[in-house]
Amino acid sequence: MIPPSFEYFRPSTIPEAIALLKEYGDEAKILSGGQSLIPMLKLRLARPAYLIDINRIAGLSYIKEEDGCLKIGGLTREGELEASPLIAAKYPILLDTTRVIADPQVRNLATVAGNLAHGDPANDHPATMLALGAQIVATGPRGARTIRIEDFFLSLFTTALEPGEILTEIRIPTPPPHSGGSYFKLERKVGDFATAAVAAQLTLDDKGGVETVGIGLTNVGPKPLKAGKAENLLRGKKVDTALLTQAGQLAADEAQPSGDLRGPAEYKKGLVKELAKRALSRALERARK
Amino acid sequence: MAKKQMVRVRVNGRDRHAEVEPRFLLVHFIREVLELTGTHIGCDTSHCGACTVLLNGKTVKSCTVFAVQADGGELFTVEGLIKDGQLHPLQEGFKEEHGLQCGFCTPGMLMSCYSLLEHNPNPSEEDIRWGISGNLCRCTGYQNIVRAVQFAAGKLSHEKKAQGAVK
Repeated sequence: MIPPSFEYFRPSTIPEAIALLKEYGDEAKILSGGQSLIPMLKLRLARPAYLIDINRIAGLSYIKEEDGCLKIGGLTREGELEASPLIAAKYPILLDTTRVIADPQVRNLATVAGNLAHGDPANDHPATMLALGAQIVATGPRGARTIRIEDFFLSLFTTALEPGEILTEIRIPTPPPHSGGSYFKLERKVGDFATAAVAAQLTLDDKGGVETVGIGLTNVGPKPLKAGKAENLLRGKKVDTALLTQAGQLAADEAQPSGDLRGPAEYKKGLVKELAKRALSRALERARK
Repeated sequence: MAKKQMVRVRVNGRDRHAEVEPRFLLVHFIREVLELTGTHIGCDTSHCGACTVLLNGKTVKSCTVFAVQADGGELFTVEGLIKDGQLHPLQEGFKEEHGLQCGFCTPGMLMSCYSLLEHNPNPSEEDIRWGISGNLCRCTGYQNIVRAVQFAAGKLSHEKKAQGAVK
């Protein structure tokens, strides 16, 4: 319960932070919200020799629309997302998601960027970002680069971030008119990780058919999953109940859940099917408004 | 052992400081260095919220923050609620409405409720239950905690109106 010993740095700029990451390599970890990392240190599941606290770096906390994108800064807290009128009005799928992450205290410190960078399939934002077709901006020793969200999650706790890189911004293309999205999560109690969860985002064409669609799955595989087959089924079609059920089934088939204390694998697959139907229905409802 | 670092914090309005290892948790700093034992350690897993305090105006689980992160900041603990021997309306509410039994979760509950009322002075029952969703209580079943907050909200708004009338 006592974390292992580490050296602690508190850089005031990104270049300083990157230099420290470069110097200490894989013995160093970024301390941002710390709401995933510190519990791991307390259980001694992680033993970084160096912690680089980036919380005092200015200019990394923002939620703004620019160049046709919603841009979320690397230090934006979940609580800020939750309280943002812009998010509530134009990106309700993000409000759905942030509200079911942990609890108010955790959301005061936890960052959206950290929720992605940790590479945990149990975290909620990955599925939502997959559904939204987001881009990650990683800043490292060789400057900044963008990574498509589909290429970001590699395996358990492993993302496409290279050594020395910090996740400094998340970019979400602003959905066109007749778009809607939602996130449905089943948890045993408030604050829990998902037994299963589904994010769905879609845009309708002027005939009411599905023009674009993205579906992300939480905690039903070794990494956050994109339900590509379900997406392919829906694309170009007008959605009715039968199609929703089919899409839900395809998403369930694509899920690779493990049986655990939250339930057996078959149960979780069943959940994916039902939650996919609900997420898609709510997304449609919002798109038709 | 890692090099110790200086931590300077304003705690319930008073400046305090100490040299600590970076791995020293804020909750241990509060309890063992500051000797403010109102803040409790209830679990090992960042779930229960008994360690909740306000750091720079926002509720945090002090067992999931390092003391060094509080350097230069402001800490508000349960000991800071009482003013000149007068109970805060929240404390009075927990007393009047029987919002505690064993009392172990209570300091964390009070801090979460304090923050809730700061942001939402007139919360609905649903708002209150959402506001305390990071604090576990094994004794009460939460309904008297809800009533305690409603009591405090009423008293605080009454006090506010009275102040307005005096002007």
